[in-house]
Amino acid sequence: MSFEKFLFYLFAVLLLGAAVMVITRRNPVHSVLFLVLAFFNAAGLWMLAEAEFLAIALVLVYVGAVMVLFLFVVMMLDINVAELRAGFVRSAPVALVVAVIMAAELVVVLGPARFGLDSYAAPDRHPADYNNTAELGLALFTQHIYAFEIAAVILLVGIVAAISLTLRRRPETKYLDPASQVGVKAKDRLKIVKMDPEENA
Amino acid sequence: MDGLISFWEALPELVRIMLKIVAIMLPLMITVAYYTYLERKVIGHMQVRMGPNRVGLFGFRLLGLGQPIADAVKLMFKEIVIPSGANKLLFLIAPMITIAPALAAWAVFPFDAELVLADINAGLLYILALTSLGVYGVIIAGWASNSKYALLGAMRSAAQIVAYEIAMGFALVGVLVAAGSLNLREIVMAQEGSLLHWYWLPLLPLFLIYFISGVAETNRAPFDVAEGESEIVAGFHVEYSGMTFAVFFLAEYANMILISALSALMFLGGWLSPFQGTPLESWFAWVPGILWLLLKTFIFMFLFLWFRATFPRYRYDQIMRLGWKVFIPITIVWIVVVGLMKVNQAPWWFN
Amino acid sequence: MLENYFPVLVFLAVGLFVGVAAIGIGFVLSPNRPDSEKLSPYECGFEAFEDSRMKFDVRYYLVAILFIIFDLEIAFLFPWAVVLDQVGMVGFWAMMLFLGVLVVGFIYEWKKGALEWE
Repeated sequence: MSFEKFLFYLFAVLLLGAAVMVITRRNPVHSVLFLVLAFFNAAGLWMLAEAEFLAIALVLVYVGAVMVLFLFVVMMLDINVAELRAGFVRSAPVALVVAVIMAAELVVVLGPARFGLDSYAAPDRHPADYNNTAELGLALFTQHIYAFEIAAVILLVGIVAAISLTLRRRPETKYLDPASQVGVKAKDRLKIVKMDPEENA
Repeated sequence: MDGLISFWEALPELVRIMLKIVAIMLPLMITVAYYTYLERKVIGHMQVRMGPNRVGLFGFRLLGLGQPIADAVKLMFKEIVIPSGANKLLFLIAPMITIAPALAAWAVFPFDAELVLADINAGLLYILALTSLGVYGVIIAGWASNSKYALLGAMRSAAQIVAYEIAMGFALVGVLVAAGSLNLREIVMAQEGSLLHWYWLPLLPLFLIYFISGVAETNRAPFDVAEGESEIVAGFHVEYSGMTFAVFFLAEYANMILISALSALMFLGGWLSPFQGTPLESWFAWVPGILWLLLKTFIFMFLFLWFRATFPRYRYDQIMRLGWKVFIPITIVWIVVVGLMKVNQAPWWFN
Repeated sequence: MLENYFPVLVFLAVGLFVGVAAIGIGFVLSPNRPDSEKLSPYECGFEAFEDSRMKFDVRYYLVAILFIIFDLEIAFLFPWAVVLDQVGMVGFWAMMLFLGVLVVGFIYEWKKGALEWE
């Protein structure tokens, strides 16, 4: 077995193992950290497929940004795990049916009948100076400009949605405005009253 | 000499890589150790004190040069306390995942035109991805400690790192546009010419923003609200002691050195001689490139210390405002400017 | 191309190993004499009376979401910067439109006060 194959199986096994841990851990923080591990291994697999840019971007965007949000949420929301688990038995049959259908569809579409080595020959290895990022950029900014602009609009929708969903001022929260604190002048707070001295009796 | 080379080539690939990694890591660790010594000395002298001057080597005082070694030995023999309410495993993992990216980022760092361990095309992207992992150590440490101060420090630090990482990313995009490559070696090569060809000049706003964001990313003064020893005692690592604390400490200083070295590489022409293109060039031709790189890196490392001695700590809302409302708009505008210069082949930098 | 990445993989492993080894050395060399006072989390002079993991302002989540969006933007800018030479004016204006749309979003969040920190 070549070293590359060994790496492939290593990453694949770790990826699947981490994914199983994600859905079986009781502690949601552990689940999120296993998801991070899963992403790392997925990045390793993509790297083996010579998708250099995508592999590192996966770490940058998913591990470096999306999972940070997940961590914020599960660490700080005090999720009651028992409550979440209560509905598990009731909805398990439905979930199982959905899962089986999805898996079957995946096998039909991506199975060896269509994606075997007979239908697609294994691509040649690129030389050492192959620049994946440049290839991607060339494709993105010549053929796929339209899709690229759509992505901008989707991101804009994301910004607006995030703000309208989470930004509200709750009256019970007490805020202070440091700028106005700092800006206070002595004459706003102090009043100097002139008065005649009292006479000695 | 020939025997040595043939011996080197006979070694298995893995051993050769390991030796190279040791050759990067060992000087780095020594630099980290003496950087802490330098910090105390420099800040001491700025405050008209002596700094550490007692611990010597081999019976001589030597201006306290033995101090970092004594510190390291002390930390090794200190008890590692794991608080009772803590999540033990995560508590111990947090420092490990802080140090790993801080060290691994050096894998793609070119020390000279030929001297690089892994000459990958996506070098800059790799470094950005690794720096974005730094936030995990902080969050996990804060949460696993189960201490109020640690959690507060972690949240502050996470929101701050996140804000400055965007500014940093945009600044890097500016460098990329100018150099047209993600490869760090090619970025330096693109700056060849003279002192005025280096990117500090055409990318001046991005240069300043990159370095200041770097200071904020590493949680250094004046952006050190995550540690804020006078309010939240040490922030996310308040519960850490002994070697677990030492690893956090090591990672912080390794990151500072990394930011300094990257600034030197991307904005001050890396290993290029500052006398290039002047009559003095031939006088200094004997200086090896790596010496220039170290000298430039040292300037930034000194700035880190100088900032700490000079500036009072920022207020938290000021930090967030600076990151989101000042740095991000400036970087976006400057990316457009650099892009325009590039497509129009602006004189002497981009043609 | 992959052969260039092999040293990176090794370096990542060595980096992790350094962390593990350092803490391992600490455990081997250092004494371990726990007592309940030493193990209690740090507080300002009183007993910690509740779990320290508390709910946080929703503002932190908003910051994290905005961070994701900007991070994606950076991910799009990287390939653009690399090929700007080759795609010329068309690529340049495509990115200007992209940035323009996102600047609209940025102005929106600024005006809405999502970037205020009180």
